[in-house]
Amino acid sequence: MDEAEEKIPVTVLTGYLGAGKTTLLNRILSEKHGKKYAVIVNEFGEIGIDNDLIVKSDEEIYEMNNGCICCTVRGDLIRVVQKLMRRKGRFDAIIVETTGLADPAPVAQTFFMDEDVRSKAKLDAVIALVDAKHFLLSLGDSPEAEDQIAFADVILLNKTDLVDADELAKVEATIRTLNPRAELYHTNRSDVDLTKILDRGAFDLDRVMESDPQFLDHRDDHHDHDHDHGHDHHHHGHAGLDGNVHDTTIGTVSLRGGDLDPKKFMPWIEKVTQTDGPDILRLKGIISFKDDTDRFVVQGIHMILEGDSQREWGKDEKRESRLVFIGRNLDHEKLKRSFAACAA
Amino acid sequence: MVTIANIDLDDGAYVEWAGFVGDVPMFATADGDVIRVEGGQTVLSIHDGLLCAELVQSGDALLTGGEDGKVCRINSDGISTVLTDLEDSWIDQIAAGPNGAIAFASGRNATIIIDDKIASEISLERTIEGLAFAPKGMRLALARYDGVELHWVTSGGSTQVLEWKGAHTGVCFSPDGKYVVSNMQENALHGWRLKDARHMRMQGYPSKVKSISWSPKGKWLATSGAPAAIVWPFTGKDGPMGKAPKELGSMGKLQVTCVACHPTEEAIVIGYSNGMILIVKIEDGQEVPLRSEGKGAITSLNWNKQGTQLAFGSEQGEGGIIDVTS
Repeated sequence: MDEAEEKIPVTVLTGYLGAGKTTLLNRILSEKHGKKYAVIVNEFGEIGIDNDLIVKSDEEIYEMNNGCICCTVRGDLIRVVQKLMRRKGRFDAIIVETTGLADPAPVAQTFFMDEDVRSKAKLDAVIALVDAKHFLLSLGDSPEAEDQIAFADVILLNKTDLVDADELAKVEATIRTLNPRAELYHTNRSDVDLTKILDRGAFDLDRVMESDPQFLDHRDDHHDHDHDHGHDHHHHGHAGLDGNVHDTTIGTVSLRGGDLDPKKFMPWIEKVTQTDGPDILRLKGIISFKDDTDRFVVQGIHMILEGDSQREWGKDEKRESRLVFIGRNLDHEKLKRSFAACAA
Repeated sequence: MVTIANIDLDDGAYVEWAGFVGDVPMFATADGDVIRVEGGQTVLSIHDGLLCAELVQSGDALLTGGEDGKVCRINSDGISTVLTDLEDSWIDQIAAGPNGAIAFASGRNATIIIDDKIASEISLERTIEGLAFAPKGMRLALARYDGVELHWVTSGGSTQVLEWKGAHTGVCFSPDGKYVVSNMQENALHGWRLKDARHMRMQGYPSKVKSISWSPKGKWLATSGAPAAIVWPFTGKDGPMGKAPKELGSMGKLQVTCVACHPTEEAIVIGYSNGMILIVKIEDGQEVPLRSEGKGAITSLNWNKQGTQLAFGSEQGEGGIIDVTS
């Protein structure tokens, strides 16, 4: 555990050009928190970042030679992070500002798949900035805009002062279709309390559920309906301001059950991530195994899957298994059925 | 008798390069200082952040590239010159060729300097991750995603592309110029026999190969990336194909982090993740320990020209000179 403590936390900022990434970055850098940051920027056009340690790098996607199309990492981050880590004491944390069109998955996967990076740095959270005024229009342009929202742990709905209440509600509803679990904050000029976006531990198995609003509340599976809703509209929905939520193949599947049999669950989750990995953007879960006093936690990105015993179930805690997938073209019924078959 | 003279470096400084410039030991740290050892220590502040360093082929100057965009040349007397200043672009790679030729790369662009003038500038579509001059200096190898390109050092002439899928993060030529070998993002090396571009796959490493060294006549290629030095035979016409590599200096689970072949004899000095250093004969695997352990992994090992002294550096602010004359 000591080793894990020493790892440098990395925060990833995603969002379209103009969404407010640079403004947020400058806020992080200028606020009095006593921390020093190294900033890695991919968007060369933007200027005006005031920091001692800024590294520009060209986005460099590496496919791994294992035949898996979703096993991609960012070569530029491997190189830069490794080089930065040689000079200890210059910074306490790293912020990666991606381009507007960046796919967040390879960025995140770099911190799990590359042994050198993994040994020195840990992904803290992926933050997506959304321009309330232009978001709905930009959604139609590229799948990256959707992916950035669906992938995020924290979403800042920025520039809310530029839209009226109706428009804002539509944007928020669209975001919630893509990602019902992320923490969402309304901001102007990226004015968020920094404790909401830094040191989140969103990929830390010990804390993986801590910041997840869906896991905190114990309402019924209402997000399942969100998911179905998105799917129903797949062939006739319309992006934009006509009242429909955005037409998308991205959806969320929330699963709930009682005690599971590890001999059934483990092969199942491995098989799901192997076969559906390219479509799974994120997954998180707390599992109750029969006759096990500890909670078992899992988190994943595409085909990467991490799981571990976390802590003992509390005396007053309701023992149950909960698992959430966010991805494209997820087969809700099949996942629900096969998950149910893992019951002890 | 083996004697070690330890060098005082800043606490925790990462030694990027340790070796001899002319006859003078020097230690280049990632912070950008070069510590020169001659009748005492002198600290030369060369860069704000040093990324790469390579000895010129004559051995009497050190070339360095930095986070500050500078390419510098440091002579054995400690006098340094700024050869290029790209301001805030990192100088990621540097290579030295015959007759003082220099190549450096920043991002996707490389520059070749011959006779102190720019001889050629090369731009690739992907980041340049490795640079090496061919032994005769006529061509420059550039490692990039999905392969290695061989460019003539003066503008013009056709480029030879050696393709192999995946990320190539370093490159070198065999001393006879017959083979090109690249380090890969995967735990493997890839090689090509130049006369027919035949592939050579050198796999089976448990981690990435970061240090490679040719024996002086090119019979052996020593590599890190395993709990032993993995030494590939390049004795037959097919290179290492169909032959098992030697595994030398195996110390249980200790990882080999750095290797350097002796300049004249068939022996390799091996550095480990715990700071241990030993020398091993390639022929019979006979080992002589030089340093038992230290605070951090060995990051650099270089012999002096005669092969009588060895300079080492670690990732935890340790450096030293080992005299191996007995």
